[in-house]
Amino acid sequence: MTAMEEEGAPPSLDVSQRTDGRSASQLRPLQCSRGLLARAHGSATWSQESTTVMAAVYGPKPAAMRKENAERAVVEIIWRAKNGLPGSYEKEAEVVVRRSLEFIILTALHPNTAISVILQVISDDGSLLACAINAACAALVDAGIPLNGLLTAVGCGVTHDGQVFLDPTKLEEQKSKAFVCLVFPSRPLSAVSGLPADVDGEPFEHGILTSVTHGAMEVDEYFTCVENGRAATAKIAEFSRNSIERSQKRVSGAV
Amino acid sequence: MTIVGEGAEGSAATAAMEVEAFKRLYPLQFYERYLDQSVRPDGRPLNRARPTSVNLGAIPTAEGSALVKIGHTTMLAGVKLEVVVPSTTAPDQGQLAVDFQMPTICSPLVRPGRPAEVAWSVSEQLSNALSSSNFVNLQQLCIVPGKAAWIAYVDVYCLDADGSLLDAALLAAVAALTHLQLPAVKVTEAGRVVPLTSQNVDGDQEEEISEKKSEDQIVKSRQRLERRPVPIGLTCVKHKNHLLADPSAEEESTLQTSLTVVMDSSDRLVSFYKPGGAVTATSATVKDCIDLAKKRVIEVKDLLEEAYEEAFGAEMMVE
Repeated sequence: MTAMEEEGAPPSLDVSQRTDGRSASQLRPLQCSRGLLARAHGSATWSQESTTVMAAVYGPKPAAMRKENAERAVVEIIWRAKNGLPGSYEKEAEVVVRRSLEFIILTALHPNTAISVILQVISDDGSLLACAINAACAALVDAGIPLNGLLTAVGCGVTHDGQVFLDPTKLEEQKSKAFVCLVFPSRPLSAVSGLPADVDGEPFEHGILTSVTHGAMEVDEYFTCVENGRAATAKIAEFSRNSIERSQKRVSGAV
Repeated sequence: MTIVGEGAEGSAATAAMEVEAFKRLYPLQFYERYLDQSVRPDGRPLNRARPTSVNLGAIPTAEGSALVKIGHTTMLAGVKLEVVVPSTTAPDQGQLAVDFQMPTICSPLVRPGRPAEVAWSVSEQLSNALSSSNFVNLQQLCIVPGKAAWIAYVDVYCLDADGSLLDAALLAAVAALTHLQLPAVKVTEAGRVVPLTSQNVDGDQEEEISEKKSEDQIVKSRQRLERRPVPIGLTCVKHKNHLLADPSAEEESTLQTSLTVVMDSSDRLVSFYKPGGAVTATSATVKDCIDLAKKRVIEVKDLLEEAYEEAFGAEMMVE
């Protein structure tokens, strides 16, 4: 807190009056479309209003010799920023996305191959990492890569007076004292025989798969972020499930 | 599959070989057998970090430096200062440039040429932890607002990568910054920053000098960075119900899911970094990790104090 005071009055953020009229626990409208690229095995764009990421999936395809693994498929992520050369932010994001996706991709089914996911940032207006992970999941489904479930990613912000709000825009990220990207697995409805068991008395989908934070906060504030994030993932999971179902119907209707 | 060969032919040598073979063939089962007994192959209890040491002033040519060891993991950090024109967006602030390097010597995973993937994440998370925690008061790095400021290049060099890299890199960077002394400088009428070279001037005398000088000549005395809450990281590995603090490289690669909690000495959560992995973290796990990290902060902070006293013992007394 002292640091803040010294640095002059920070532009405070009033969560009850967000510039776009959302409430603290409201997400921006989600949009997802699939199968946009002809050459890619699967593709999707995911947008949270003006944050948009396009994802393309190629694979399973022959892996480069050096990377090849005899027991499982190798997942490689290529993160393309809107402009400029990839720096450490992009490289780190690639690691985070890869390690998150490896949780759902059934890599053991395609040994000696590679699955590449290319993420192209189209516009960044906050919660970018969350948007990219959601886009990657949608593209994997479109490519028909065997998955054991879906992931839902959500961005959370913490204001200087400790209020937690969801899906921050770029401006809100800059004005808040901390922001977090959280990824939770979503509970599969069918496909897998038997639902995953609860872990430590908590439902499976409440476990944090990925957490990346920026800015310091109190421990309680982090837990509030996790709680609010969990609540929001239900909506995001429902949205992506509906969107998949709709596109599947379209496909089967055409055949 | 016996861990300890105690058959009729079981001499100590064959037993040791069998254990080694078992470890190679079934690394996960090898670890699980230990973990079920709440102990690790190197004899540590699950929640104990490896012996840690901090040495300040390892590089005499750098303005601030430190050599940090956590178990075998070794990090060397140096801070170099340069005068730059501050950016127009923050004219009263200096800058901090953090770089983390993993040379080929530190680990078999690193090949010459392109930096290893892990180096990118450590580098990004290291600068994130330093900037998030506000450990350095950037205003203190300013010499003349809008005209001149220090840029502090913090270079962390990994000499031996044996797990928990982020913890060690952060500790090395923090230690080097505590060791850092901003040199005494004066700003000439032409706006150039030149070092004050008068011998044996301590802070008080310099202040007198600065009063005597005409107003267009600014003199900054030698100073250390302001003490801020120290960010300290602790990496934990989660495997089934076990939570292992401060994993070695072997534990990290075998048990897959690692996460790093960075807390500062005023109990703020600076970073909770979990890049995916094979298992998810429940609220209980998160709480356990944070508790372990809090304990670790106290431990490491004492180490830092000790190292500081060792390096500046006499001066501390004066202060």
